[in-house]
Amino acid sequence: MKYKIDSNQIQEDLSWISHPPSKLWWSWIIFLLLCIAIGMYALYLQIAEGHIVTGMRDNVVWGIYIANFIFFLGLSYAGAIIGAFFHLFKVPWRRPIIRISSLIAVIGAIVGPVFILLCIGRLDRLHYLFIHARIQSPIIWDVFAISTYIVAAILFLYLGVIKDFAVFRDSSELNFSRWRRKFYNLMAINYQGKEEQKIIINKTRNLLAIILVPMVVIISSILSWIFGMTLRPGWHSTIFGPYFVLAAIYSGTGAIIVAMWIFRKMYNLKKYFTDRHFVYMGVVLIILGTGYGYFTFSEYLTSWYASDKWDSELIDKLLDPEYYGVWFFISNVLGILIPIIVMVFKKLRTPGLITLASVIVLISLWIKRYLIVVPTLETTLIPIQDIRPEYLFYSPTWVEYALTLAGFASFFLFISLASRFITIIPMSELAEEGGINIY
Amino acid sequence: MKSEKCGCSGPSRRDFLKTGVVALCGAAACGCSGGSNLLKEEEKIKLLSPDGELIEVARSQIGPAVPPVGKLEAREGIPGRKFVMVIDLAKCNNARKCITSCQKMHYSPSDVEWLQVKLMKDNDQASPYWFPKTCFHCDNPPCVKVCPVDATYKRSDGLVLIDNDRCIGCKFCMAACPYSTRVFNWTEPELSEEAKMCSYSPEASVPAQEGTVEKCDFCPDMARLGELPDCVTSCPNGVFYFGDENEDTVTNGEETVRFSQLIKDKAGYRYMEELGTKPRVYYLPPTDRIFPVERGLENVESDPLREMFKDIIDGSPTI
Repeated sequence: MKYKIDSNQIQEDLSWISHPPSKLWWSWIIFLLLCIAIGMYALYLQIAEGHIVTGMRDNVVWGIYIANFIFFLGLSYAGAIIGAFFHLFKVPWRRPIIRISSLIAVIGAIVGPVFILLCIGRLDRLHYLFIHARIQSPIIWDVFAISTYIVAAILFLYLGVIKDFAVFRDSSELNFSRWRRKFYNLMAINYQGKEEQKIIINKTRNLLAIILVPMVVIISSILSWIFGMTLRPGWHSTIFGPYFVLAAIYSGTGAIIVAMWIFRKMYNLKKYFTDRHFVYMGVVLIILGTGYGYFTFSEYLTSWYASDKWDSELIDKLLDPEYYGVWFFISNVLGILIPIIVMVFKKLRTPGLITLASVIVLISLWIKRYLIVVPTLETTLIPIQDIRPEYLFYSPTWVEYALTLAGFASFFLFISLASRFITIIPMSELAEEGGINIY
Repeated sequence: MKSEKCGCSGPSRRDFLKTGVVALCGAAACGCSGGSNLLKEEEKIKLLSPDGELIEVARSQIGPAVPPVGKLEAREGIPGRKFVMVIDLAKCNNARKCITSCQKMHYSPSDVEWLQVKLMKDNDQASPYWFPKTCFHCDNPPCVKVCPVDATYKRSDGLVLIDNDRCIGCKFCMAACPYSTRVFNWTEPELSEEAKMCSYSPEASVPAQEGTVEKCDFCPDMARLGELPDCVTSCPNGVFYFGDENEDTVTNGEETVRFSQLIKDKAGYRYMEELGTKPRVYYLPPTDRIFPVERGLENVESDPLREMFKDIIDGSPTI
């Protein structure tokens, strides 16, 4: 028995998945591989010569790597919670978005943790995290949290794609090479569209979605507690848990919008990612953005007003244009106001501008993570009194930039490759629901 | 106190420990603080050095070899002890002997300071003072809480130590320590031949390992021999008092005093008590100082750093 979807229209729209990729696509992949190669060379240097090749020193012991770590995990967590939330509440326009968001969830969760490994001085002893695990340490909480979460995120994505794999396996219209058919055959795990199979998939997905929503809240908080549990100004704050949860989902919503825009352009998916999808996601973006803005304001206002010695030293650095003032303005003012402005005026509510606002959100949230990590570490409770500039201020070296670039390149590479193996639109689910006109 | 103390006794002793050869201070180790003993004619004894050479060593320099304690023992602590340190800020003139002797003892390069002397000024009106800072070996240590692999731990005798064979180098303890006590080996440490020969124990913290965290350890290996840490004995002004809270006694090598009485009489305090870390290091306030603070500038070798300190002394910037 062959599993077929009813709508030939959807299959036709997505038939590019079986076509050979264009030259442009290949050059994009080669470009990404080049970036990763540069990163690999930087990694080799860092392993061969030690962490001395980075800008990190005894005071600023964590730098841009940790900022990237939080950034990618934030995107990932957002992908997972948005996918799960939309699924649970059966948001009518969810279908095309859930696939992208679960993809971002999985890929972010693969790329993010690599950056924490880059901070570890003794990678040869990494297994100590398991054999000598000490449950009191927030890092161990994070190890357990992230590894549990990756499994859940992969399962949630996979369960959503099984039906499509079955279509690819059986479709005579789509021209796949033999090995790809074999791959789809394997991945479809004998899905035949039987009623009981459908029920199993639905039940498991529902269950996973129910687990994922609170799980993301918990693991984002755990991530924040790596900072919140210390006695350092700017970190030791009760707001940090919920703050990280909101910041993660806020940035990830931006990432989903940008991905929607790129895929819509690249594969001509205007029918699936409609202008309304962009507006709806824009609404999600400003709801989260205002919440995030409120937290930001509350966080900085309280520490500035009470003006505890260390807090005010930190705030002074953050506001001073000669230190972090410009970055502070971009991340805490522009990153919050621009999406609001774009969404408030009806004329501005176009897919292009909403995407642009999302790009600004992503940039400012990356900067925000840098501003969380570095200035606090530069604000020691006992004066540093050192004349070596690298002990006073952190500035990333090319090695760190190269590895950051490689991290972003891997993220794009994985997404690009994934979009060639599975359609970015869940075709069978859309077909089950009666074609494109799902509203 | 051992009378034949010589500035280099630490290193030599440590390297001989490994091979089990008996000796405290090699004759080659000389030129140090009070080397007068070495100049006296004494009975020499022939010994086989670790390199297989026959050497002659004065009888007074020889003592029983003590092997470093094992990993498990180094986690337990010395039974019945509760180490404590008192630092008298009225006596410090930034002589920096504590720093250099500590570096020598642990074979650290000159830019790695487990012990630092800061110039502090509490407010605009207050006059500045020199502030030696060791690891505080907190009773509620923020660093130990966060270690994911139990590489840094608290012992029954109050010490916070690091097992460098266990440390994975995540640096979380460094971020968590509010006193910036810990240092990281950012690259392969350049070890002297002697340092390489030492067998590692968390009590001796030698040799250093790349990609791991290290810090002041209060020299428990010295305590096991009944000796004081080198920072205490090398200080020309008797700033550091080291001792046992259980015995209620601390000594700076010259005078031995009741710990509780000293704290009561001189209004001893712990730095940043409000953090709740419960340090095991107490400070005596810098009142009735025996040196003008400017004296400390003489020992600052780097010009820019001296300028920086001068600005703090002359100017108003509160730190």
